[in-house]
Amino acid sequence: MVETRFDPSGPVGVLAVQGDFQAHTAAVEGAGFRPVEIRRPGEFQGLSALVLPGGESTTMLKFLREEGLEGEVLGFCREGGPLLATCAGVILLARRVTGPDQPSLGVLDVDLVRNGYGRQVHSSIHRIRAEEPLGEMEAVFIRAPRITRAGPGVRVLARLGEDPVLLRQGPIVAATFHPELSRENPVHRWFLEQVARVKS
Amino acid sequence: MKEERGREKPRVTEGMSRQEAFRVKVGLAEMLKGGVIMDVTTAEQARIAEEAGAAAVMALERVPADIRREGGVARMASPRIIREIQEAVSIPVMAKCRIGHFAEAQLLEALEVDFIDESEVLTPADEENHVDKHAFRVPFVCGCRNLGEALRRISEGAAMIRTKGEAGSGNIVEAVRHMRMVQGEIRRLTSMSEDELYAAAKELRAPVDLVKETARLGKLPVPNFAAGGVATPADASLMMQLGAESVFVGSGIFKSADPAARARAIVKAVTHYKDPAAVLEVSFNLGEPMKGLEISSIPKEERLQERGW
Repeated sequence: MVETRFDPSGPVGVLAVQGDFQAHTAAVEGAGFRPVEIRRPGEFQGLSALVLPGGESTTMLKFLREEGLEGEVLGFCREGGPLLATCAGVILLARRVTGPDQPSLGVLDVDLVRNGYGRQVHSSIHRIRAEEPLGEMEAVFIRAPRITRAGPGVRVLARLGEDPVLLRQGPIVAATFHPELSRENPVHRWFLEQVARVKS
Repeated sequence: MKEERGREKPRVTEGMSRQEAFRVKVGLAEMLKGGVIMDVTTAEQARIAEEAGAAAVMALERVPADIRREGGVARMASPRIIREIQEAVSIPVMAKCRIGHFAEAQLLEALEVDFIDESEVLTPADEENHVDKHAFRVPFVCGCRNLGEALRRISEGAAMIRTKGEAGSGNIVEAVRHMRMVQGEIRRLTSMSEDELYAAAKELRAPVDLVKETARLGKLPVPNFAAGGVATPADASLMMQLGAESVFVGSGIFKSADPAARARAIVKAVTHYKDPAAVLEVSFNLGEPMKGLEISSIPKEERLQERGW
Protein backbone atom coordinates (compact mmCIF):
# COMPACT_ATOMS: atom_id res chain seq x y z
CA MET A 1 0.00 0.00 0.00
CA VAL A 2 1.29 3.43 -0.87
CA GLU A 3 0.99 5.79 2.03
CA THR A 4 -0.11 9.28 1.12
CA ARG A 5 1.80 12.32 2.17
CA PHE A 6 -1.32 14.16 3.28
CA ASP A 7 -3.44 12.84 6.15
CA PRO A 8 -5.62 15.26 8.19
CA SER A 9 -5.16 13.20 11.35
CA GLY A 10 -1.34 13.16 11.18
CA PRO A 11 1.24 15.44 12.79
CA VAL A 12 2.17 18.87 11.42
CA GLY A 13 5.43 18.68 9.49
CA VAL A 14 7.93 21.52 9.87
CA LEU A 15 10.72 21.63 7.28
CA ALA A 16 13.85 21.64 9.45
CA VAL A 17 16.81 21.87 7.07
CA GLN A 18 17.70 25.42 8.18
CA GLY A 19 16.11 28.50 9.75
CA ASP A 20 13.72 29.24 12.60
CA PHE A 21 11.96 25.87 12.49
CA GLN A 22 12.07 25.55 16.29
CA ALA A 23 10.03 28.75 16.62
CA HIS A 24 7.47 27.12 14.30
CA THR A 25 7.34 23.82 16.20
CA ALA A 26 6.79 25.87 19.38
CA ALA A 27 3.99 27.85 17.67
CA VAL A 28 2.34 24.63 16.42
CA GLU A 29 2.51 23.20 19.95
CA GLY A 30 1.23 26.47 21.36
CA ALA A 31 -1.82 26.17 19.09
CA GLY A 32 -2.47 22.72 20.54
CA PHE A 33 -1.14 20.56 17.70
CA ARG A 34 1.64 18.00 17.29
CA PRO A 35 4.68 19.11 15.24
CA VAL A 36 7.31 16.88 13.65
CA GLU A 37 10.61 18.04 12.14
CA ILE A 38 11.17 17.04 8.51
CA ARG A 39 14.64 16.71 7.01
CA ARG A 40 14.41 13.70 4.71
CA PRO A 41 12.20 12.70 1.75
CA GLY A 42 11.01 9.61 3.66
CA GLU A 43 9.54 11.76 6.42
CA PHE A 44 6.72 13.26 4.35
CA GLN A 45 4.21 10.48 4.92
CA GLY A 46 0.92 11.16 6.67
CA LEU A 47 1.31 14.85 7.49
CA SER A 48 -1.78 16.92 8.25
CA ALA A 49 -0.04 20.13 7.18
CA LEU A 50 3.41 21.34 6.23
CA VAL A 51 5.22 24.46 7.46
CA LEU A 52 8.04 26.09 5.48
CA PRO A 53 9.89 28.29 7.98
CA GLY A 54 11.92 31.47 7.74
CA GLY A 55 15.65 31.26 7.16
CA GLU A 56 17.85 31.59 4.12
CA SER A 57 15.97 30.63 0.98
CA THR A 58 19.20 29.93 -0.94
CA THR A 59 20.26 27.39 1.71
CA MET A 60 16.83 25.74 1.84
CA LEU A 61 16.54 25.63 -1.95
CA LYS A 62 19.84 23.76 -2.08
CA PHE A 63 18.49 21.06 0.24
CA LEU A 64 15.16 20.90 -1.63
CA ARG A 65 16.92 20.28 -4.92
CA GLU A 66 19.83 18.07 -3.84
CA GLU A 67 18.10 15.85 -1.32
CA GLY A 68 14.86 15.06 -3.12
CA LEU A 69 12.67 17.25 -0.92
CA GLU A 70 11.41 19.38 -3.81
CA GLY A 71 9.37 16.53 -5.29
CA GLU A 72 7.93 15.73 -1.86
CA VAL A 73 6.75 19.30 -1.26
CA LEU A 74 5.25 19.44 -4.77
CA GLY A 75 3.61 16.03 -4.23
CA PHE A 76 2.15 17.22 -0.92
CA CYS A 77 0.69 20.25 -2.74
CA ARG A 78 -0.77 18.05 -5.50
CA GLU A 79 -2.56 15.96 -2.90
CA GLY A 80 -4.15 19.17 -1.61
CA GLY A 81 -2.00 19.26 1.52
CA PRO A 82 -2.22 22.53 3.47
CA LEU A 83 0.94 24.61 3.55
CA LEU A 84 1.98 27.50 5.79
CA ALA A 85 5.01 29.43 4.52
CA THR A 86 6.73 32.36 6.20
CA CYS A 87 9.34 34.70 4.69
CA ALA A 88 11.95 32.40 3.06
CA GLY A 89 9.22 29.74 2.79
CA VAL A 90 7.18 32.11 0.61
CA ILE A 91 10.25 32.67 -1.59
CA LEU A 92 10.49 28.91 -2.13
CA LEU A 93 6.84 28.66 -3.22
CA ALA A 94 6.56 31.80 -5.40
CA ARG A 95 6.00 31.80 -9.15
CA ARG A 96 8.81 34.27 -9.87
CA VAL A 97 11.69 35.39 -7.62
CA THR A 98 13.98 38.35 -8.35
CA GLY A 99 16.59 40.36 -6.46
CA PRO A 100 18.52 38.33 -7.59
CA ASP A 101 16.72 35.82 -9.82
CA GLN A 102 16.32 32.46 -8.13
CA PRO A 103 14.51 29.23 -9.05
CA SER A 104 11.37 28.42 -7.05
CA LEU A 105 8.62 25.80 -6.88
CA GLY A 106 6.05 28.07 -8.54
CA VAL A 107 3.00 26.73 -6.70
CA LEU A 108 1.98 30.10 -5.22
CA ASP A 109 0.90 32.60 -7.87
CA VAL A 110 2.90 35.60 -6.68
CA ASP A 111 6.01 37.42 -7.87
CA LEU A 112 8.35 38.80 -5.27
CA VAL A 113 11.65 40.56 -4.72
CA ARG A 114 14.01 39.11 -2.14
CA ASN A 115 15.07 41.49 0.64
CA GLY A 116 12.54 43.84 -0.91
CA TYR A 117 12.63 46.24 2.03
CA GLY A 118 16.44 46.32 2.30
CA ARG A 119 19.08 44.77 4.52
CA GLN A 120 18.77 43.96 8.23
CA VAL A 121 18.95 47.60 9.41
CA HIS A 122 15.58 48.05 7.67
CA SER A 123 13.96 45.07 9.40
CA SER A 124 11.13 46.13 11.70
CA ILE A 125 8.00 45.32 13.67
CA HIS A 126 4.59 46.67 12.63
CA ARG A 127 0.96 46.35 13.67
CA ILE A 128 -1.12 45.15 10.76
CA ARG A 129 -4.83 44.48 10.38
CA ALA A 130 -5.81 41.26 8.65
CA GLU A 131 -9.21 40.12 7.43
CA GLU A 132 -11.52 38.60 10.03
CA PRO A 133 -11.34 36.35 11.89
CA LEU A 134 -7.61 37.17 12.19
CA GLY A 135 -7.91 40.88 13.03
CA GLU A 136 -5.08 43.06 14.27
CA MET A 137 -1.70 41.46 14.89
CA GLU A 138 1.99 42.16 15.35
CA ALA A 139 4.11 41.45 12.27
CA VAL A 140 7.89 40.95 12.56
CA PHE A 141 9.67 41.59 9.26
CA ILE A 142 13.26 40.30 8.94
CA ARG A 143 14.94 41.02 5.59
CA ALA A 144 11.52 40.32 4.17
CA PRO A 145 10.60 39.65 0.56
CA ARG A 146 8.29 42.18 -1.09
CA ILE A 147 5.38 40.84 -3.11
CA THR A 148 5.03 42.73 -6.38
CA ARG A 149 2.20 40.73 -7.96
CA ALA A 150 -0.48 38.44 -6.59
CA GLY A 151 -2.47 36.40 -9.14
CA PRO A 152 -6.28 36.35 -9.38
CA GLY A 153 -6.55 33.12 -7.37
CA VAL A 154 -4.67 34.64 -4.44
CA ARG A 155 -6.60 36.38 -1.69
CA VAL A 156 -4.73 39.15 0.11
CA LEU A 157 -5.57 38.95 3.81
CA ALA A 158 -3.35 41.77 5.04
CA ARG A 159 -1.16 44.52 3.66
CA LEU A 160 1.66 46.70 4.91
CA GLY A 161 1.01 49.97 3.11
CA GLU A 162 0.28 48.80 -0.43
CA ASP A 163 2.20 45.53 -0.23
CA PRO A 164 0.43 42.20 0.37
CA VAL A 165 2.04 40.54 3.42
CA LEU A 166 -0.44 37.79 4.30
CA LEU A 167 -2.09 35.76 1.54
CA ARG A 168 -4.13 32.67 0.92
CA GLN A 169 -4.40 30.54 -2.20
CA GLY A 170 -6.66 27.60 -1.41
CA PRO A 171 -4.85 25.44 1.17
CA ILE A 172 -1.68 27.57 1.00
CA VAL A 173 -1.18 30.42 3.50
CA ALA A 174 1.82 32.70 3.03
CA ALA A 175 3.21 35.45 5.28
CA THR A 176 6.19 37.59 4.31
CA PHE A 177 6.59 38.31 8.04
CA HIS A 178 7.19 35.92 10.96
CA PRO A 179 4.06 35.04 12.98
CA GLU A 180 6.23 32.42 14.73
CA LEU A 181 8.27 35.21 16.35
CA SER A 182 5.31 36.92 18.01
CA ARG A 183 4.08 35.61 21.33
CA GLU A 184 0.44 36.13 20.54
CA ASN A 185 -0.15 35.74 16.87
CA PRO A 186 -3.32 34.10 15.54
CA VAL A 187 -1.91 32.85 12.20
CA HIS A 188 -0.79 29.33 13.25
CA ARG A 189 -3.98 28.49 15.14
CA TRP A 190 -6.17 29.89 12.36
CA PHE A 191 -4.21 28.03 9.69
CA LEU A 192 -4.28 24.69 11.53
CA GLU A 193 -7.92 24.91 12.69
CA GLN A 194 -9.66 26.77 9.86
CA VAL A 195 -7.55 26.21 6.75
CA ALA A 196 -5.91 22.82 7.33
CA ARG A 197 -8.68 21.49 9.63
CA VAL A 198 -6.17 19.26 11.35
CA LYS A 199 -7.89 16.45 13.23
CA SER A 200 -5.72 15.71 16.24
CA MET B 1 23.74 67.95 31.06
CA LYS B 2 26.18 65.30 29.97
CA GLU B 3 26.72 65.19 26.27
CA GLU B 4 28.34 62.39 24.39
CA ARG B 5 30.26 64.10 21.67
CA GLY B 6 30.22 62.68 18.19
CA ARG B 7 27.89 59.84 19.07
CA GLU B 8 24.61 59.84 17.37
CA LYS B 9 21.78 59.07 19.74
CA PRO B 10 20.26 55.64 19.23
CA ARG B 11 18.14 55.47 16.14
CA VAL B 12 16.78 52.13 17.22
CA THR B 13 13.74 53.83 18.68
CA GLU B 14 12.57 54.94 15.21
CA GLY B 15 9.03 53.63 15.35
CA MET B 16 10.08 50.76 17.60
CA SER B 17 10.60 50.41 21.33
CA ARG B 18 14.05 49.34 22.54
CA GLN B 19 12.61 45.94 23.30
CA GLU B 20 11.12 45.60 19.80
CA ALA B 21 14.39 46.70 18.24
CA PHE B 22 16.17 43.96 20.19
CA ARG B 23 13.60 41.37 19.07
CA VAL B 24 14.20 42.31 15.43
CA LYS B 25 17.93 41.74 15.96
CA VAL B 26 17.41 38.37 17.65
CA GLY B 27 14.98 37.60 14.81
CA LEU B 28 17.80 37.53 12.26
CA ALA B 29 19.86 35.31 14.58
CA GLU B 30 16.86 32.94 14.67
CA MET B 31 16.85 32.82 10.87
CA LEU B 32 20.50 31.75 10.84
CA LYS B 33 19.90 28.71 13.06
CA GLY B 34 20.79 25.33 11.66
CA GLY B 35 23.05 27.03 9.14
CA VAL B 36 26.72 27.73 8.57
CA ILE B 37 28.34 31.17 8.60
CA MET B 38 31.55 31.21 6.58
CA ASP B 39 34.55 33.56 6.68
CA VAL B 40 35.33 34.98 3.24
CA THR B 41 37.91 37.49 2.05
CA THR B 42 36.86 38.07 -1.57
CA ALA B 43 33.67 38.32 -3.63
CA GLU B 44 34.68 35.06 -5.35
CA GLN B 45 34.92 33.21 -2.01
CA ALA B 46 31.58 34.70 -0.97
CA ARG B 47 29.95 33.28 -4.12
CA ILE B 48 31.49 29.86 -3.43
CA ALA B 49 30.12 30.00 0.12
CA GLU B 50 26.63 31.01 -1.01
CA GLU B 51 26.63 28.36 -3.72
CA ALA B 52 27.63 25.79 -1.08
CA GLY B 53 24.58 26.69 1.02
CA ALA B 54 26.05 29.09 3.63
CA ALA B 55 23.35 30.87 5.64
CA ALA B 56 25.58 33.96 5.86
CA VAL B 57 29.15 35.08 5.20
CA MET B 58 31.61 36.98 7.38
CA ALA B 59 33.50 39.54 5.29
CA LEU B 60 37.14 39.75 6.33
CA GLU B 61 40.45 41.07 5.05
CA ARG B 62 42.35 38.04 6.36
CA VAL B 63 41.09 34.80 7.85
CA PRO B 64 42.14 34.21 11.48
CA ALA B 65 44.85 31.70 10.52
CA ASP B 66 46.57 34.42 8.46
CA ILE B 67 46.04 37.07 11.12
CA ARG B 68 47.77 34.73 13.55
CA ARG B 69 50.62 33.98 11.14
CA GLU B 70 51.24 37.52 9.92
CA GLY B 71 50.77 39.33 13.23
CA GLY B 72 50.45 43.13 13.42
CA VAL B 73 47.30 45.02 14.30
CA ALA B 74 44.15 43.39 12.91
CA ARG B 75 41.41 45.93 12.15
CA MET B 76 37.98 46.08 10.55
CA ALA B 77 38.12 44.97 6.91
CA SER B 78 38.41 47.67 4.29
CA PRO B 79 34.98 48.98 3.27
CA ARG B 80 35.80 48.17 -0.36
CA ILE B 81 36.10 44.44 0.38
CA ILE B 82 32.91 44.45 2.42
CA ARG B 83 30.98 46.27 -0.29
CA GLU B 84 32.25 43.92 -3.02
CA ILE B 85 31.09 40.96 -0.96
CA GLN B 86 27.70 42.59 -0.31
CA GLU B 87 27.28 43.07 -4.04
CA ALA B 88 28.31 39.49 -4.81
CA VAL B 89 25.78 37.62 -2.64
CA SER B 90 22.18 37.85 -1.48
CA ILE B 91 22.62 36.08 1.87
CA PRO B 92 23.34 38.16 5.00
CA VAL B 93 26.81 39.68 5.18
CA MET B 94 28.50 40.06 8.54
CA ALA B 95 31.72 41.91 9.36
CA LYS B 96 33.98 42.20 12.38
CA CYS B 97 34.87 45.28 14.41
CA ARG B 98 37.51 45.49 17.13
CA ILE B 99 36.35 45.05 20.71
CA GLY B 100 35.22 48.46 22.00
CA HIS B 101 35.74 50.20 18.63
CA PHE B 102 32.30 51.75 18.31
CA ALA B 103 33.42 53.97 15.44
CA GLU B 104 34.29 50.93 13.33
CA ALA B 105 30.87 49.58 14.28
CA GLN B 106 29.26 52.85 13.13
CA LEU B 107 30.99 52.50 9.76
CA LEU B 108 29.80 48.92 9.43
CA GLU B 109 26.28 50.03 10.27
CA ALA B 110 26.50 52.80 7.65
CA LEU B 111 27.63 50.14 5.16
CA GLU B 112 24.47 48.24 6.16
CA VAL B 113 26.17 44.98 7.02
CA ASP B 114 23.54 42.61 8.45
CA PHE B 115 25.43 41.59 11.61
CA ILE B 116 28.53 42.92 13.39
CA ASP B 117 30.90 40.55 15.16
CA GLU B 118 32.63 42.45 17.96
CA SER B 119 35.50 40.06 17.75
CA GLU B 120 38.51 38.97 19.76
CA VAL B 121 40.06 37.89 16.45
CA LEU B 122 40.84 41.56 15.78
CA THR B 123 43.17 43.57 18.00
CA PRO B 124 41.09 45.09 20.83
CA ALA B 125 40.61 48.87 20.76
CA ASP B 126 39.45 49.18 24.37
CA GLU B 127 40.73 47.02 27.18
CA GLU B 128 37.84 47.78 29.54
CA ASN B 129 34.68 48.50 27.59
CA HIS B 130 32.85 46.66 24.89
CA VAL B 131 30.63 48.50 22.41
CA ASP B 132 27.21 49.63 23.72
CA LYS B 133 25.36 47.47 21.25
CA HIS B 134 21.89 48.72 22.22
CA ALA B 135 22.82 52.02 20.55
CA PHE B 136 22.85 50.35 17.12
CA ARG B 137 20.15 49.21 14.78
CA VAL B 138 22.35 46.48 13.33
CA PRO B 139 22.59 43.33 15.50
CA PHE B 140 25.83 42.18 17.13
CA VAL B 141 27.32 38.78 17.85
CA CYS B 142 30.01 38.38 20.52
CA GLY B 143 32.26 35.56 21.64
CA CYS B 144 32.36 34.01 25.09
CA ARG B 145 34.23 31.37 27.05
CA ASN B 146 31.74 31.03 29.87
CA LEU B 147 28.23 32.01 30.94
CA GLY B 148 29.22 35.20 32.76
CA GLU B 149 30.94 36.54 29.66
CA ALA B 150 27.93 35.57 27.50
CA LEU B 151 25.45 37.35 29.79
CA ARG B 152 27.62 40.47 30.04
CA ARG B 153 27.65 40.69 26.24
CA ILE B 154 23.88 40.16 26.08
CA SER B 155 23.34 42.90 28.65
CA GLU B 156 25.37 45.20 26.39
CA GLY B 157 22.98 44.34 23.57
CA ALA B 158 24.45 41.30 21.77
CA ALA B 159 21.69 39.48 19.86
CA MET B 160 23.72 36.33 19.33
CA ILE B 161 26.45 34.59 21.30
CA ARG B 162 29.13 32.30 19.96
CA THR B 163 31.88 30.37 21.65
CA LYS B 164 35.28 31.93 21.17
CA GLY B 165 37.12 28.69 20.69
CA GLU B 166 40.61 29.44 19.43
CA ALA B 167 40.16 31.13 16.06
CA GLY B 168 42.54 30.18 13.28
CA SER B 169 43.80 27.11 15.13
CA GLY B 170 41.80 24.48 13.23
CA ASN B 171 41.59 22.80 16.63
CA ILE B 172 38.14 22.23 18.10
CA VAL B 173 39.27 21.66 21.69
CA GLU B 174 38.75 25.24 22.89
CA ALA B 175 35.29 25.59 21.31
CA VAL B 176 34.30 22.37 23.05
CA ARG B 177 35.64 23.66 26.35
CA HIS B 178 33.70 26.92 26.01
CA MET B 179 30.45 25.29 24.90
CA ARG B 180 30.60 22.71 27.71
CA MET B 181 31.39 25.46 30.20
CA VAL B 182 28.39 27.57 29.13
CA GLN B 183 25.98 24.62 29.03
CA GLY B 184 27.22 23.26 32.36
CA GLU B 185 26.83 26.63 34.06
CA ILE B 186 23.30 26.96 32.65
CA ARG B 187 22.39 23.49 33.97
CA ARG B 188 23.69 24.54 37.38
CA LEU B 189 21.51 27.67 37.33
CA THR B 190 18.38 25.68 36.51
CA SER B 191 18.76 23.68 39.72
CA MET B 192 19.06 26.77 41.94
CA SER B 193 16.39 28.33 44.08
CA GLU B 194 15.39 31.95 43.43
CA ASP B 195 17.49 33.32 46.31
CA GLU B 196 20.58 31.43 45.18
CA LEU B 197 20.38 33.12 41.78
CA TYR B 198 21.40 36.46 43.33
CA ALA B 199 24.65 35.00 44.60
CA ALA B 200 25.12 33.24 41.24
CA ALA B 201 24.73 36.57 39.44
CA LYS B 202 27.36 38.08 41.66
CA GLU B 203 29.70 35.19 41.01
CA LEU B 204 29.05 35.29 37.25
CA ARG B 205 29.45 39.09 37.25
CA ALA B 206 26.24 39.28 35.22
CA PRO B 207 22.94 41.17 35.66
CA VAL B 208 20.55 39.24 37.89
CA ASP B 209 17.62 39.69 35.49
CA LEU B 210 19.50 37.86 32.74
CA VAL B 211 20.65 35.19 35.18
CA LYS B 212 17.04 34.58 36.23
CA GLU B 213 15.84 34.51 32.64
CA THR B 214 18.56 32.01 31.69
CA ALA B 215 17.64 29.81 34.66
CA ARG B 216 13.97 29.91 33.66
CA LEU B 217 14.64 29.15 29.97
CA GLY B 218 17.36 26.57 30.60
CA LYS B 219 19.26 28.20 27.74
CA LEU B 220 20.74 31.54 26.79
CA PRO B 221 18.10 34.20 26.03
CA VAL B 222 19.63 34.64 22.54
CA PRO B 223 20.81 32.05 19.98
CA ASN B 224 24.06 30.33 20.91
CA PHE B 225 26.37 29.41 18.03
CA ALA B 226 29.75 27.69 17.87
CA ALA B 227 32.95 29.22 16.50
CA GLY B 228 36.70 28.89 16.69
CA GLY B 229 38.36 25.75 15.34
CA VAL B 230 35.70 24.00 13.22
CA ALA B 231 37.53 22.23 10.36
CA THR B 232 35.55 19.09 9.49
CA PRO B 233 31.92 17.93 9.15
CA ALA B 234 32.44 15.88 12.31
CA ASP B 235 33.61 19.02 14.17
CA ALA B 236 30.38 20.75 13.13
CA SER B 237 28.28 17.78 14.23
CA LEU B 238 30.12 17.66 17.55
CA MET B 239 29.38 21.31 18.31
CA MET B 240 25.72 20.95 17.32
CA GLN B 241 25.35 17.89 19.55
CA LEU B 242 26.91 19.85 22.42
CA GLY B 243 24.15 22.44 22.08
CA ALA B 244 25.26 24.92 19.42
CA GLU B 245 22.38 26.17 17.28
CA SER B 246 24.55 26.98 14.27
CA VAL B 247 28.23 27.01 13.32
CA PHE B 248 30.75 29.62 12.23
CA VAL B 249 33.60 28.31 10.10
CA GLY B 250 36.56 30.64 9.79
CA SER B 251 39.83 29.45 8.35
CA GLY B 252 38.53 25.86 8.16
CA ILE B 253 37.05 26.22 4.68
CA PHE B 254 39.29 28.47 2.62
CA LYS B 255 42.47 27.11 4.24
CA SER B 256 41.55 23.57 3.17
CA ALA B 257 42.46 21.82 -0.09
CA ASP B 258 38.95 21.90 -1.62
CA PRO B 259 36.94 24.78 -0.11
CA ALA B 260 33.75 24.28 -2.17
CA ALA B 261 33.46 20.59 -1.31
CA ARG B 262 34.28 21.17 2.36
CA ALA B 263 31.81 24.05 2.59
CA ARG B 264 29.01 21.89 1.12
CA ALA B 265 29.88 19.03 3.45
CA ILE B 266 29.81 21.18 6.58
CA VAL B 267 26.45 22.67 5.57
CA LYS B 268 24.99 19.17 5.22
CA ALA B 269 26.60 18.03 8.47
CA VAL B 270 24.95 20.86 10.43
CA THR B 271 21.46 19.99 9.17
CA HIS B 272 21.91 16.25 9.68
CA TYR B 273 24.13 16.50 12.77
CA LYS B 274 22.15 13.87 14.67
CA ASP B 275 22.54 11.33 11.86
CA PRO B 276 26.09 9.83 11.81
CA ALA B 277 25.41 8.03 8.49
CA ALA B 278 24.59 11.37 6.85
CA VAL B 279 27.67 13.09 8.33
CA LEU B 280 29.77 10.14 7.16
CA GLU B 281 28.30 10.33 3.67
CA VAL B 282 29.48 13.93 3.24
CA SER B 283 32.90 13.25 4.78
CA PHE B 284 34.35 11.43 1.75
CA ASN B 285 36.61 13.06 -0.87
CA LEU B 286 37.05 16.40 0.83
CA GLY B 287 40.82 16.66 0.34
CA GLU B 288 43.09 17.79 3.15
CA PRO B 289 41.57 19.83 5.98
CA MET B 290 43.51 22.85 7.29
CA LYS B 291 46.58 21.70 9.17
CA GLY B 292 45.75 23.15 12.55
CA LEU B 293 47.69 23.97 15.69
CA GLU B 294 48.18 22.25 19.02
CA ILE B 295 46.84 24.79 21.55
CA SER B 296 49.79 24.32 23.93
CA SER B 297 52.06 25.44 21.07
CA ILE B 298 50.37 28.86 21.10
CA PRO B 299 51.84 31.11 23.81
CA LYS B 300 49.12 32.29 26.21
CA GLU B 301 49.61 35.94 25.24
CA GLU B 302 48.94 35.01 21.61
CA ARG B 303 45.69 33.18 22.32
CA LEU B 304 42.86 35.19 20.83
CA GLN B 305 40.34 33.85 23.34
CA GLU B 306 42.08 35.77 26.16
CA ARG B 307 40.81 39.03 24.64
CA GLY B 308 37.50 40.50 25.87
CA TRP B 309 36.34 41.04 29.41
